[in-house]
Amino acid sequence: MTTLTTLAPQSYEDVQAAICQHGRIFVRGAGSKPALAPPFVDGDDAALLDMRGLRGVVEYEPGEFVFTARAGSSLREIAALLAEHGQYLPFDPPLVDQGATLGGTIAAGLSGSGRHRYGGLRDFLIGVRFVDGQGRLVRGGGKVVKNAAGFDLPKLMIGSLGRLGVIVEASFKVFPQPPAYATLRVTQPSLDAALTTIARLNGSSFDLEAFDLVFEEERPTLYIRQGGFAAALAERQERLRAWLGGGEPLPEPEEAAFWSAGREFAWAPATWALVKTPVTLNVIPALDQALQAAGAQRRYVAGAALAWIAWPGDLGQLDAYLTQLQLGGLALRGEAEWPFVGVRNGASLIARVKRVLDPFHRFPIL
Amino acid sequence: MNLDGLLSELERRVPADRLLRKSAQLAPYESDALTAFRSRPAAVLLAATQEEVIQAVRLCHRYGVPFVARGSGTSLSGGSLPVENGLVIALNRLNRILRLDPAQRIAVVEPGVINLDVSRAAAPHGLYYAPDPSSQLICTIGGNVAFNSGGAHCLKYGMTVNHVLGLKAVLPDGEVVQLGGESLEQVGPDLTGFFVGSEGLFGVALEIALRLLPKPECYRTVLAAYDSLQAAGDAVASVVASGLLPGAMEIMDALAIEAAEAAVQAGYPRDAAALLIVELEGERIQVEAEFAHLMQVIEGSNPKTVAVAKDDADRARIWKGRKSAFSAVGRLSPDYLVQDGVVPRSRLGEALATIERLSQDYGLRVANVFHAGDGNLHPLILFNGRIPGELERAEALAGEIIQMCIALGGSITGEHGVGMEKRQHMSSMFTETNLQVMAELRRALDPGELANRGKMFPQGEAPALHAHGPHPLEAQGLISRM
Repeated sequence: MTTLTTLAPQSYEDVQAAICQHGRIFVRGAGSKPALAPPFVDGDDAALLDMRGLRGVVEYEPGEFVFTARAGSSLREIAALLAEHGQYLPFDPPLVDQGATLGGTIAAGLSGSGRHRYGGLRDFLIGVRFVDGQGRLVRGGGKVVKNAAGFDLPKLMIGSLGRLGVIVEASFKVFPQPPAYATLRVTQPSLDAALTTIARLNGSSFDLEAFDLVFEEERPTLYIRQGGFAAALAERQERLRAWLGGGEPLPEPEEAAFWSAGREFAWAPATWALVKTPVTLNVIPALDQALQAAGAQRRYVAGAALAWIAWPGDLGQLDAYLTQLQLGGLALRGEAEWPFVGVRNGASLIARVKRVLDPFHRFPIL
Repeated sequence: MNLDGLLSELERRVPADRLLRKSAQLAPYESDALTAFRSRPAAVLLAATQEEVIQAVRLCHRYGVPFVARGSGTSLSGGSLPVENGLVIALNRLNRILRLDPAQRIAVVEPGVINLDVSRAAAPHGLYYAPDPSSQLICTIGGNVAFNSGGAHCLKYGMTVNHVLGLKAVLPDGEVVQLGGESLEQVGPDLTGFFVGSEGLFGVALEIALRLLPKPECYRTVLAAYDSLQAAGDAVASVVASGLLPGAMEIMDALAIEAAEAAVQAGYPRDAAALLIVELEGERIQVEAEFAHLMQVIEGSNPKTVAVAKDDADRARIWKGRKSAFSAVGRLSPDYLVQDGVVPRSRLGEALATIERLSQDYGLRVANVFHAGDGNLHPLILFNGRIPGELERAEALAGEIIQMCIALGGSITGEHGVGMEKRQHMSSMFTETNLQVMAELRRALDPGELANRGKMFPQGEAPALHAHGPHPLEAQGLISRM
């Protein structure tokens, strides 16, 4: 058995050449989502593209609220550059400290708690360049914040796991970052009470940056983050607290630490599987019952749009639960030959798209 | 193509009053809001149910007949122009809001639901549907989805695609698919997003799950007048550089101000060369803090005058002027073409100067009303189609503006779509390979290229150009172009 040939492309042409010269292509970034790592394969016509060499910002004009960077760029370097100009990635991608790359974040389709305010990855990715399974360098979208020309190929790349093409460059819309943040911690007597509070907050006109439901010793607890001018923040938080009928403000260092820990999944046991599951409010009671019974840890983030599930055992059981609830998920950590769990729709459309972008089956199935 | 086969099958399934065949019945469907193009379909099916739409698409597929789905026909890019001798599937009767769930902030609607009706239905719950094209009183969600419509609030809130969570659609070969869901999140690929903006080429959306937003607690609307368009453009750049994120930033030039004033008496200063509208929105305490900041920036941008909306009525008046500006300018001229290019915001001044020069070179008046916050220009080229050669000159001028947008690193369309109108410019914006990949994707879904044939892609048969006159609905004041 041979090991997988690893190539480190330095240019888009390198990626094109690698694809044309190999029968099977696997892609990796920083490896921050091990369940999405390429399966171990033998055969000397297979190659693993390590995208970390293809990095760097191509274009960034802060006044445009747009940047373009190569796919292997780390989120950390992007975030640092944006911060110099008071801007940020509003969709709050996870795993920044663990080295996640821009391309890997798109390919996995990941947004974090902060997506609550302005939207997720799909709302901020405005352009991509990728190399398809025939070695063609394809551009979709553009570099302006508003654009309706041609099919929206960037959307196809979101969550495509490197199986429709190898993303080599991406353009994002960005926003000015709130100059200050404040977070309120509100314990809830029960899950039902917490969900009622979430529904109330979702329908309210409070501008919330993020709000997550977590379990502290199995006690449902809401963390509600506000952002904006420092001068107005204390009053806004007090108003929110009064509206909620309680809650304690997190002190400064804890405030940032809480959201950072969430972003890095520091709360999830490292050896457990970690699964992203899109949810809606009404499905959470049934889902949570199953998760609690199985001893899983979980967070419902971004106004309960997204469940992060830390799962102790075999993913087969979680797959069964999610399927029963008509939910689907993506494993980021854990043993998984196939990273998808639960139901998936649009399979026939994906198959049609894949026949166009990967007619020679160079990429793994999707 | 077996048109007779299709028509006889449809006749057997649909009552005669919902299958239009007579010349007089077909006339209103010959064009949409881009009236320069007209084309006569063989028939119009007024579909009453989703099942009828599915059956019609399947029959078109079986008999090889091209079809165009149509809502209110407000497309400014000729997106709902019929295919000559094809079928038009009219969706206006599929106008049910199937579900409105305030706790989850979603509405599930059929494609014929009118844009503003979603916000109206959501209003009692303190919610609204954010995308607000100027035609929102009449345009339908199905058309918004097909063309990824925008509006005045796109910088902060995005376009239609950012508000569509999932959909049920019939693909051009009759397969019915469910894409996305009702969660704000999804596991990829983002097929919902891929479908939105496909200009009808991927089939017909039958049910659409829309995301609703809570209405902002408070607005602050500022109206600043300037001596030049350049100065107004610079003010936009300053606002952006200051770290503020207004919900809307709009600019109108002198011609547009004059027309809007004449039409709706919005109270705009008439002697200004350019007018900037900036609107902040959100929690009152935050908005007040931002407002103080904004006023500093605006004062520093050397305005002639600055006014602030005193109350809701004042705000509504300012927006009424803005939203009616296009139809108002249109009344200054027998005919006009609307462009929809996008330039990087930092190139706005340059773009406007070029448009002004082109206007002089071509001897045609151009009014400018645009979404400055996101660089989306809407130059309105005035001409008289009865004067031989003017339509051609206007089109040539429009083409130069589009090419300028591409050269400045922008896009040929921000929110109107490519449709019929801009398809010849696609090859300037995308390489041959890019277009090839898009064409292959299209054929993977529609091997016969039946769905909205002739749109988006550079090749394709061109219908007859007609030089003169507004659309019947426009003449009635029911639609406007923006």
